[in-house]
Amino acid sequence: MTMTSWLPLIVLCSSLFTGLIIFLLPEERSGWRTALNMTGATVKVVGVFVMAWGVLVQGAVYEARFTMGLGFDFVLHVDLLSLAFVSLSSNLWFLTTLYAVGYLKGSRNRNRFFGFFSLCVTASTGVALAGNLITFFIFYEFLTLVTYPLVVHQGTPQALAAGRTYLWYAMSAGAVLFLGVVGLQTLAGPYDFVSGGVLGSLEHIGPWEARIIFALLICGLAVKIAFVPLHGWLPAAMVAPAPVSALLHAVAVVKAGAFGVLRVVQDVFGKDFAAQIGVLEPLAAVVVATILFGSLRALMQNELKRRLAYSTVSQVSYIALGAVILGPLATVGGLAHLVHQGIMKITLFFCAGIFARSRNIHRIDQMDGLGRTMPVTMALFTIAALGMIGVPPVAGFVSKWYLAQGGIQAGQDWVVAVLVLSSLLNAAYFLPILHRAWFRPCGGEPDLGGEQARCGIWEAPWMLLLPTLATAFFSLAAGVFAGWEWSPLGVAEMITMGRGAFP
Amino acid sequence: MILIPFVGGVACLLLRGRAVAWAGLAASAVTAWTCLPLLRHVWLFGPVRIDLGGWAAPLGIGLYLDGLGAMFLLLTAIVGLLVGVYALAFFGRGREYARMEPYFWPVWLVLWGGLNGVYLSADVFNAYVLLEMVGLGAVGLTVLSGTNDSLVAGLRYLLATMFGSLIYLLGVALLYAQTGQLDIFLLAESVDGSFPVLVAFGLMTGGLLIKAALLPFHFWLPPAHAGAPAPVSAILSGMVTKASFFLLLRIWFVVFPDVTAPVAGQLLGVLGAAAVLWGSLQAVRQTRLKLLVAYSTVGQLGYLFFVFALLTPSGGAAWSEGWASMAWTGTVFHVFSHGLAKAALFMAAGCLLLAMGTDELAAMRDIAGRLPVVTFTLGVAGVSLMGLPPSAGFVAKWMLLKASLASGQWWWAVVIALGGLLTAAYVFKILSFTFVPVGGDDSNADTAADERQVSRNSGIPELGPVPALMTLSALILAALCVLFGFRAEEVIALLLRDMGLEPPFDAVLMGNFGGGRP
Repeated sequence: MTMTSWLPLIVLCSSLFTGLIIFLLPEERSGWRTALNMTGATVKVVGVFVMAWGVLVQGAVYEARFTMGLGFDFVLHVDLLSLAFVSLSSNLWFLTTLYAVGYLKGSRNRNRFFGFFSLCVTASTGVALAGNLITFFIFYEFLTLVTYPLVVHQGTPQALAAGRTYLWYAMSAGAVLFLGVVGLQTLAGPYDFVSGGVLGSLEHIGPWEARIIFALLICGLAVKIAFVPLHGWLPAAMVAPAPVSALLHAVAVVKAGAFGVLRVVQDVFGKDFAAQIGVLEPLAAVVVATILFGSLRALMQNELKRRLAYSTVSQVSYIALGAVILGPLATVGGLAHLVHQGIMKITLFFCAGIFARSRNIHRIDQMDGLGRTMPVTMALFTIAALGMIGVPPVAGFVSKWYLAQGGIQAGQDWVVAVLVLSSLLNAAYFLPILHRAWFRPCGGEPDLGGEQARCGIWEAPWMLLLPTLATAFFSLAAGVFAGWEWSPLGVAEMITMGRGAFP
Repeated sequence: MILIPFVGGVACLLLRGRAVAWAGLAASAVTAWTCLPLLRHVWLFGPVRIDLGGWAAPLGIGLYLDGLGAMFLLLTAIVGLLVGVYALAFFGRGREYARMEPYFWPVWLVLWGGLNGVYLSADVFNAYVLLEMVGLGAVGLTVLSGTNDSLVAGLRYLLATMFGSLIYLLGVALLYAQTGQLDIFLLAESVDGSFPVLVAFGLMTGGLLIKAALLPFHFWLPPAHAGAPAPVSAILSGMVTKASFFLLLRIWFVVFPDVTAPVAGQLLGVLGAAAVLWGSLQAVRQTRLKLLVAYSTVGQLGYLFFVFALLTPSGGAAWSEGWASMAWTGTVFHVFSHGLAKAALFMAAGCLLLAMGTDELAAMRDIAGRLPVVTFTLGVAGVSLMGLPPSAGFVAKWMLLKASLASGQWWWAVVIALGGLLTAAYVFKILSFTFVPVGGDDSNADTAADERQVSRNSGIPELGPVPALMTLSALILAALCVLFGFRAEEVIALLLRDMGLEPPFDAVLMGNFGGGRP
């Protein structure tokens, strides 16, 4: 083995071993645990950086391949798409770990928490690096398993119920996806992800067989990406601690679903073949329904985290929207949104965690005047919220712009209408929060009730604030410097154009 | 191979006190050790055949080992050795257990010898004798604790297994009367589709089905497995049920490959499917850990019977298809992975039982925090049972699913997927209990984590000590589930060392099936 096959493994194992070692540590050794976590996270970030450098500058190919003896290989392969996802997850892991260390200071079962947290990141790295659908599936299921302990971390009846809901959705979807994967492999044999799809070139696949497989695969992925009738677990899973929500929404679970849809549409079926067998239209209908429905439901929530959760339901589907619109510009927009949504949403959840942790604020009607008492946190929240709405120059604007352009380019003008409508809805559920926070007098501490210590400035500890600051900065930077070659958008363009998906 | 455990068993009878256990363990180790050269031989040179006393087939007692037998032998050796280590610690825990010890080791060693004998024997009558030994040994182990419940369960078990053997023996007798042969290969040449042969075939199958606890005949299994002490449950569920299944495979695919009718195969498949669903559903309903795991055995054994449906759509011709080898390998691999996982589960359950004094699921509060290794074992073994990657169970399920899709019998695939879901339901039912914290309302943990004094030991029932050897051997079994998930290739290669049929196994398994579309 050379370095080129070791590097993906190192990146994968940096969090795997971290997680396993953490399980063995005594609970009290929080210093060791933190050190270990940060080391793992640093190794991963560096590894990803080296890979990115190799792929983008030197044109190296990173691949680790093992024969499983079952008619398929276990493949870790680094292409541009996986690079985008893995750099997102590795960087956000670093920040979220920092945040979680601060957030969970003094609570119990932290070994278990950080152990599974690391495993969760391992799974999402695996999802990103998977070189074929089967490897993807292996990590996808692994992700379900290691997320469960995080969702039920509190062990309350509520948390257990949420965990059960999550499992039912995720396991059923896993079974459906499994059928799809096996079916596809039976039909088409072993294959790796290839840009532009592999199925189009195989003559012996009938359109109906392909449609059924497509439906199975997308249904299997739909739960994690939270497409509309299957989104129920996501708001329920909100009982988990804030770092977990951040992870669920921005890095691991939902993103893995979105990533999977991208892979299936673009690298297994190929957009052209998918369009040819006519499966993109139904998918588009689901995506549009999800975008609008998620926003509408978000509007009705009073609990901050639930509103954010429904917002995720809606926003993640933008990524899928990029996949169902024909034409390169939309693909660029969707891909860029994969990263953009991640950094913006994680900022929002970090902020929500800070509110909950330091002020015991969970509901939106408690947020009056929060801009005065916690100006920094609220400012960061504002940046991310504006980005979600799509206000320039925050990152969200860029991806929406490209999606709209892509829609027009492909002659699918309805996309613009959907985007406008959903942006209006986004504004409708984010702006009132901002209004309350900045323009209403502060309502006092909900749990103190009285007049004392009401409106003094009280900021979060640096361990919580610093990661939030970083992600908010990224959100802003990704928008401002979108034209730069190495920005998420630039990379997305490179992925789309450079991979020859569209001549 | 067969004799060492017997000798060891007798030696155990003569010894007293802890010496029994050490002698038993030594005999286990030697038995497992003697497997190695045999396995190596099969691995390198293919099937072995030895005729005892130099007499050739119709007269002498033939021993025969091929890839199939080797897999079962290997499973028994691995699980047997680890169960031995586990039992050493388990029975060394006080008077109540020490009382059982002098009985456990001899019976267990005799049982092990019987198992090895079944896997090695080349004729259907010897197989019967040895299987009988296994059955009686298993009953003996069931009643080991001597409680009322276990006696009742043991009696049921005894009746079921005797009845099964009797029917099987009838079949053998009829067959012998018809053909004058008992050796499996000579039989394979001389059976025809005549009526008495069919009846014999039916009788033998029926008898073995009872002993293998396929659905309508499963009634004896859960109480017997759940009532026994932990190492015994691991032996029963992990290994003993497999012996009858092994003979079924031999009879169906070696002795009667041309006689089996597609209808019969489908029927067994349907029963298997019913077992998968019913057993798993029952498991989900249980509130006691060991009963849950025992019902899970009923469900998991159901998977094994798909192979009969998959492989007999058109008699022997099916072997030429790529998916046939998939189905075959998948099934045997399922035996393998289930044996490991189930033994690990029962052993972990035993650890919990010792620690908590009860196996009520509701008592398992906060176990994840206090017995992390046991919980981890439960989790890993559960993952393998569910057939999720990366585990041996996944490999088995993958092959079964693929075989059923490729052969166009997609309905089995649906059942397999559903069964996986139900399995997930009961495994996570166990695990979810382990996450419930003890005492105190944690609902505000999100907000007030740092202010709250973490009260670790208030109001928690003390956990009894669990010997490290027990946890460790359970953990090793669970770890093996994962290991064999990654290194399935070698085990499969061992299995594919020619089972006497010479189906075109070689390249087909590794690659794409090309024409094998539904």
